[in-house]
Amino acid sequence: MYEFFKTLDRRWIFLLMLIAVGLPILRGWQFPERPSPMVQSVFDAIESLPEGSQVWMAYDYDPGSQGELHPMALAFTRHCALKKLKMYYMTLWPQGPPMIQKNVDVLRNEFPDLQYGVDYVNLGYRPGYEGPIKLAVTDLRKTIAADVDGKSLNDLPMTKGLKNIQNVDLIINVSAGYPGTKEWVLYAATPYNISSVAGCTGVQAPYLYPYVPQQLNGLLGAIKGAAEYEFLLLEAYPQLRENPEAQEALRRMGPQLLAHLVLIALIVIGNVIYFVGRRRGDV
Amino acid sequence: MRRETLIWTTLMVLGGLALLGRAATVGNGRVYIRAVTVAEVEGVQVVQYQGVPPSQRSEADVSLSWPRTIGIWISALCTLGIMSFVLGDNPLYKLMESIFVGVSAAYLMVAAFWDEIVQNLFRSLIPGLMRDSFLPGLEAGLQTDYSYLAPLLMSGMMLWRLAPKGAWIARWPLAFFIGATAGFRLVSYLEADFTQQINNTIMPLIVYAADESFDIWGSIRNVLIVSGVLLGLVYFFFSVPHRGVVGGLARGGVWLLMITFGASFGYTVMGRIALLADRLQFLFDDWLWLIDPTMQRIGM
Repeated sequence: MYEFFKTLDRRWIFLLMLIAVGLPILRGWQFPERPSPMVQSVFDAIESLPEGSQVWMAYDYDPGSQGELHPMALAFTRHCALKKLKMYYMTLWPQGPPMIQKNVDVLRNEFPDLQYGVDYVNLGYRPGYEGPIKLAVTDLRKTIAADVDGKSLNDLPMTKGLKNIQNVDLIINVSAGYPGTKEWVLYAATPYNISSVAGCTGVQAPYLYPYVPQQLNGLLGAIKGAAEYEFLLLEAYPQLRENPEAQEALRRMGPQLLAHLVLIALIVIGNVIYFVGRRRGDV
Repeated sequence: MRRETLIWTTLMVLGGLALLGRAATVGNGRVYIRAVTVAEVEGVQVVQYQGVPPSQRSEADVSLSWPRTIGIWISALCTLGIMSFVLGDNPLYKLMESIFVGVSAAYLMVAAFWDEIVQNLFRSLIPGLMRDSFLPGLEAGLQTDYSYLAPLLMSGMMLWRLAPKGAWIARWPLAFFIGATAGFRLVSYLEADFTQQINNTIMPLIVYAADESFDIWGSIRNVLIVSGVLLGLVYFFFSVPHRGVVGGLARGGVWLLMITFGASFGYTVMGRIALLADRLQFLFDDWLWLIDPTMQRIGM
């Protein structure tokens, strides 16, 4: 057994991981979720807003992180639409506009009563990393003069009276890296005391938790956070149970569970092989 | 031919044939669309082609979209090409990698030019011309903002480094950008990452619940946060040798760092699995039609 594992071709491990991730997807395995206090606080921050509140949707991610972040971005969109909040979409990532468009498509298809320019607006991509945040918190029009289609902000009912981001009730940021949650905390949430929640990739999560709860009301860590958020959304709005697209993150937890079990087993086996090898003098 | 190469070639050919057979019989990987009028501008209808579930393909106003279908197949083949790296470096992976780099660079350039040069700089300097050409939605009567001449001038100076003589001219705007960025960041980091983080760490070590009962878990959490910060600081305090009590505390700091790195690694693994799950779901659902989690093909 020792010799077998010691000389095992790494491609067998790749195959094992492929099966561990692929099998639950093919079989549609889903597991129950229990929301953590952190996720609950994100949900409460949006749920507690009265109808018509203004929410800044800063969606700073791209197709490369879509698998991790898109389900939570859509969950935020659905939650805000159900609460009838006013949504301002913007991205600091050049590949972000198609991601925002997918959220706008959800609003068009699932919430046809909501009107563009009245209930939601797509402000598109702003280049300059954290620069647009710095400008938008004091004078929005210095960085964004028109929506994604080139229509002036003064001609859209939602943006006509919006002077800067300090006027919004909540910032919702979905972040895949730089610029992202950290920059929104540094340049908007902390200096101007604007309520903020965020969802981020797993890599960033441990480094953003210190901002909770004073500088961030809550944080969704990767797909697990998104799944817990979807669970809370389904509990609060049972009509979403009929929409399978609103349960994407919950479906993704099947592959997570099996793949994590495989990984834990591999770590244990690897350590056993190492210590046996050391005892035999092979290491 | 080597035995391994023969096995892989046979597998690839069989897989390709199975794929073609399935595409011919089931029709997987096809995308159907419907033309929807989303707006009317000066008597001209703005039509958008929206994707519809394949189960609606027999409806009168639904048609097969060849560009989107080809897009799905290219996307699937690119995914498989990139994934082929697990078998080792190969020409297919190299090709996909080059395509990705080229497309990303071109996309970034176009996005930055449109959003920053056209929509910001040109809009501010020549609003009338922009309204008549690229930005018809621009409000009428917008005046030229001459302050934008400064960034235009500095951009020109930056590009001067490409000229055979006078490359030093590019250093002036560069110095301005570095100084301005450092200034912005210094203030923000000092406020959000230093002062506010100290403030966040000032917390009661003995916590009482709302009903004035002793909250043991809240107390343990706060003690852990405060002691964790102190132990971490001791580890990075190099003015005193890490011996004796200081050495013991620094060792505690190392343990905490290890736990943080472990948590970070665990989260990274979760992220990578999520990305793999996303791609596999795309292959199984959108491309091969092996699964239907969002009920797009009911009755087919």
